[in-house]
Amino acid sequence: MIRVCAVGEIPEGEAVRVEHGPDGVPVAVFHVRGEYYAIDDTCTHQDASLTDGYVEADDCAVECPLHAACFSLRTGEPSGPPARVPVRTHAVVIENGHVYVQLQPAAVPVG
Amino acid sequence: MTEHSDLEVVAVVGTGLAGLSSARALRELGHNGRIVLIGDEKHDPYDRPPLSKAFLAGEWDPEKISLGLPTDAGLDLDWRLGQRAVGLRPGEAGGWVVVLDGGDEVRADGVVIATGARARKLPSERPLSGVHTLRTLDDALALKAELSPGARLVIVGGGFIGAEIASTAVSLEVDVTVVEVAPALLAGPLGAEVGAAMAALHESNGVKVHTGVGVSALAPDPEEPDWVGAVVLADGREIPADVVVVGIGSEPNTEWLEGTGLLGPQGSLSGGVLTEEDGRTALSGVVATGDCTALHHPFAGRVMRQEHWTHAAQHPAQAVAALLGVPAPPVAPAMRVPYVWSEQYGQNFQFAGHHQPGDETEVVDGDLAGPAFTVIYRRNGQPVGVFGVGQPKVFGRWRRELAKLLP
Ligand SMILES: Cc1cc2nc3c(=O)[nH]c(=O)nc-3n(C[C@H](O)[C@H](O)[C@H](O)COP(=O)(O)OP(=O)(O)OC[C@H]3O[C@@H](n4cnc5c(N)ncnc54)[C@H](O)[C@@H]3O)c2cc1C
Ligand code: FES
Repeated sequence: MIRVCAVGEIPEGEAVRVEHGPDGVPVAVFHVRGEYYAIDDTCTHQDASLTDGYVEADDCAVECPLHAACFSLRTGEPSGPPARVPVRTHAVVIENGHVYVQLQPAAVPVG
Repeated sequence: MTEHSDLEVVAVVGTGLAGLSSARALRELGHNGRIVLIGDEKHDPYDRPPLSKAFLAGEWDPEKISLGLPTDAGLDLDWRLGQRAVGLRPGEAGGWVVVLDGGDEVRADGVVIATGARARKLPSERPLSGVHTLRTLDDALALKAELSPGARLVIVGGGFIGAEIASTAVSLEVDVTVVEVAPALLAGPLGAEVGAAMAALHESNGVKVHTGVGVSALAPDPEEPDWVGAVVLADGREIPADVVVVGIGSEPNTEWLEGTGLLGPQGSLSGGVLTEEDGRTALSGVVATGDCTALHHPFAGRVMRQEHWTHAAQHPAQAVAALLGVPAPPVAPAMRVPYVWSEQYGQNFQFAGHHQPGDETEVVDGDLAGPAFTVIYRRNGQPVGVFGVGQPKVFGRWRRELAKLLP
């Protein structure tokens, strides 16, 4: 488990980047309507950081800052082009007032 | 996924983003029959936006700009690359016949027109070496080969592509001048106020910008008369040039459709193939999508071409659904606001909606002087467009505000 920050340090609708996630890959942790979500930070289309993206709270999704692909924070699935491949999601654990991420077993690659 | 139409063979003409997206959508929407993909370029489908950016800069190789996906192998497509469609006529037993330049004919029950557009050229008596346009992979390779450090590059036209080439060329230590006939760079899509800020951005990166002056001729190099030597401006000034790129817009590839009964805006196919919002054309069994089309723009309130990546990626599924007669996949409201991005000098530009002369410009975040800002365009008090530099969150919020105004 990797510690992200204290509860309350990520404002509602914002995200923080964990440079080295559980398997070394950057992870973005989002705070949306009281819930925390973690996904891989790098867009599956090109190289943008999803931490910088706009969070659509109604759909619980983030919009890539580069070409505007939207990813579900719950499933990692893109809702439309340019991305076609989902980002990985990770488990978020809240313990003693701190936010942690935990690596999810790798999803079976599509294709 | 289970729906089944009575089309057996579908011909997709054009193998760019819109053509490939159409082929994928055909399968996703349940078409089990043959799909013939006809494209005049010999390359497998590739992505154009990097041609003026990372590919031109030499950071990406051709493999990185491929549009192919591992899953495409399962689509079972019948590829006709390197073949140009030269005509379309009704089949003797119904359906359509696409005529190819070698004389071959492809019979199809349904046709998707996705022939895109080509770069507009300057009228010139004599082609000169060193003069380029940028639309294709081959164009990009040819241009790249001449962008050596210290070369003097003159870009005719300060639209998105010209501006991106300027930014890339600067990173290659090329000496860059941009000439734009309008009073500001990007004045059409972004308005004069933002255009002036864009010109300032170029100038601060060492680009010389001449606005409000047209080009009257490209002059040969006196030493090497087959090569370009200078760009002659309408006011008589001459700008020495080793390389020239003409970036003055595009023309839809629709000549092959003359006489078919397909319509264009104001009666001319030179403005694109006129379609309904879902890609249906004046001919039954024929839909059109991507850069070659003209359709109703929700924020312009009129028919126009939407020559942007996201449209060419998103609209084919709508057109293919209309062709197959199945329900179109839903599009999220925000994605219905036409969108274009650009990258210049390491900054990310985003635009959604529409701008036309007379719209009010309001800076809603940041400062036009940079580095980051977001601008809203208003018409009769209503927001109709948003442009952001380096502010994806503010931009995303405003794109959704615009989406709320859609019917
Ligand atoms: C240099 C460059 C940079 C760009 N950057 C951006 C950007 O940053 N953001 C953005 O939103 N958009 C950008 N665009 C626009 C975007 O690339 C286009 O909107 C998109 O490529 C349109 O796809 P399309 O498939 O409709 O047309 P095209 O990509 O033009 O593909 C059409 C294909 O059909 C072929 N064809 C034409 N006629 C025939 C025929 N008669 N028979 C057979 N084949 C034919 C053509 O050769 C071509 O291969 C850029 C474009 C260029 C050129
Ligand atoms: S990098 Fe995210 S959509 Fe392109």
